[in-house]
Amino acid sequence: MKYRSVFDIIGPVMVGPSSSHTAGVLRIGRMARQLLGNEPAWAKIFLYGSFADTYKGHGTDVAIVGGLLDFDTFDTRLGDSITIAKEKGIEIEFIEESAKTEHPNTARIQTGDNHKEIELVGVSIGGGKAEITELNGFDLKLTGHHPAILVMHNDRFGAIASVTQILAKYEINIGHMEVSRREQGQEALMVIETDQKIDPEIITQLEKENHIMQVVRVSD
Amino acid sequence: MFKNVRQLVELAESQNIPISEVMIRQEMEVTEKSREKVMEQMDENLSVMEKAVEDGLKGVKSRSGLTGGDAVLIQNYMKNAEPLSGHLLLDAVSKAVATNEVNAAMGIICATPTAGSAGCVPGTLFAVKEKLHPTREEMIRYLFTSGAFGQVIANNASISGAAGGCQAEVGSAAGMASAAIVEMAGGTPQQSAEAMAITLKNMLGLVCDPVAGLVEVPCVKRNAMGASNAMVSADMALAGVTSRIPCDEVIEAMFRIGQRMPVAFKETAQGGLAATPTGRAIEEQIYGTSLQKE
Repeated sequence: MKYRSVFDIIGPVMVGPSSSHTAGVLRIGRMARQLLGNEPAWAKIFLYGSFADTYKGHGTDVAIVGGLLDFDTFDTRLGDSITIAKEKGIEIEFIEESAKTEHPNTARIQTGDNHKEIELVGVSIGGGKAEITELNGFDLKLTGHHPAILVMHNDRFGAIASVTQILAKYEINIGHMEVSRREQGQEALMVIETDQKIDPEIITQLEKENHIMQVVRVSD
Repeated sequence: MFKNVRQLVELAESQNIPISEVMIRQEMEVTEKSREKVMEQMDENLSVMEKAVEDGLKGVKSRSGLTGGDAVLIQNYMKNAEPLSGHLLLDAVSKAVATNEVNAAMGIICATPTAGSAGCVPGTLFAVKEKLHPTREEMIRYLFTSGAFGQVIANNASISGAAGGCQAEVGSAAGMASAAIVEMAGGTPQQSAEAMAITLKNMLGLVCDPVAGLVEVPCVKRNAMGASNAMVSADMALAGVTSRIPCDEVIEAMFRIGQRMPVAFKETAQGGLAATPTGRAIEEQIYGTSLQKE
């Protein structure tokens, strides 16, 4: 089940005009912001399908930038987000792509600050809900049917065990898990789908572990 | 979790509870929140809807200038004349329009199930309210009933215009609203399912063709049509009319139609009303260029 909560259907409370082209992309932008962990210095935003055709009319551009600025869907500053980003000196570029994607509402965001750079692909699936399908070149096979977290970590022994031990302590069962890395001993990624919701305090605790760089909740 | 409308109705009937109660209990289970918390959150959404209708009835204008002010026109007409289609129906229409005019003006709304289709559920609710005088809790329950049917559509078909056309957005919203009207009026869970089926059947094939890609033309008026469709279907179901095709099969049909619908009719501004001479002229006016491809 992709839509688990009634508030996915009756909600979100948001600034208009489009749940998929405004609220959904804001959430993709916001996940990029969370994954970067900081206010970006620059962002390149590639728009596909329906996004590429209609992004100006729907306010998709202001919404995605609003997400990068960590705005909520109901933040009334949303309409001015591009101006606000400019005032902060954030360089933003929009690129319309003609390539066909699996879902018509797809966006790719490359963003970074002085220390770090990330790239993700997000899909706005309707009603303001969004999914991340790719992160830093790693394909994410998230079903979206269960709560899920992404764990960026160092490819070292014990890193995975430290995460699963904490989840076990909170009686959280892992339904699906994938680990991928680009090179031995380098940055690696865990994708974990669970049966239970993962509270923010558990995420904070996971991030305190050795070799764990960052934990982001991608669906709940 | 209920997977389809049949299971949803069975859960309600076997425990002798309304659809709204099935949804509330499931929400508590899935999100591990208390009843109080779940009701409170929906109450907040209800307040947002109330405020949007109020604002829209005062009159708003979108940035493009394409929409706004129609809700006021309809309300004034109702004050000065007896509407041919009846006061209650037109009241629902005006309040649905009010919500979507606020949405187009980048005001704050609650997506039900999407922003472009946000008018149908509150429009009908605040109109029926004048007739049935529900308590606040009953109004909140209206939203849970809508949400239960919407969740089935979202999980089995789609609520995205880009994926399934307008039938998936305003079609879904209207179906959700009709099911909720039935419950509020004292109908059975099965009658809610019939109302939803009848509504959705009448929306099949509806394309998503917003002029200049804006959620304005024809979206605002499609919500007016969705709200009236919901009211009429609810009355039909309450009268005992049933759908020959079961609700779940109608949803499945909507999904398949959406899959086979050409991309030009799925929120790309490449077909339908968007591709009319006037639609293209509006694009030129707004962007200084046409969105037409090749």
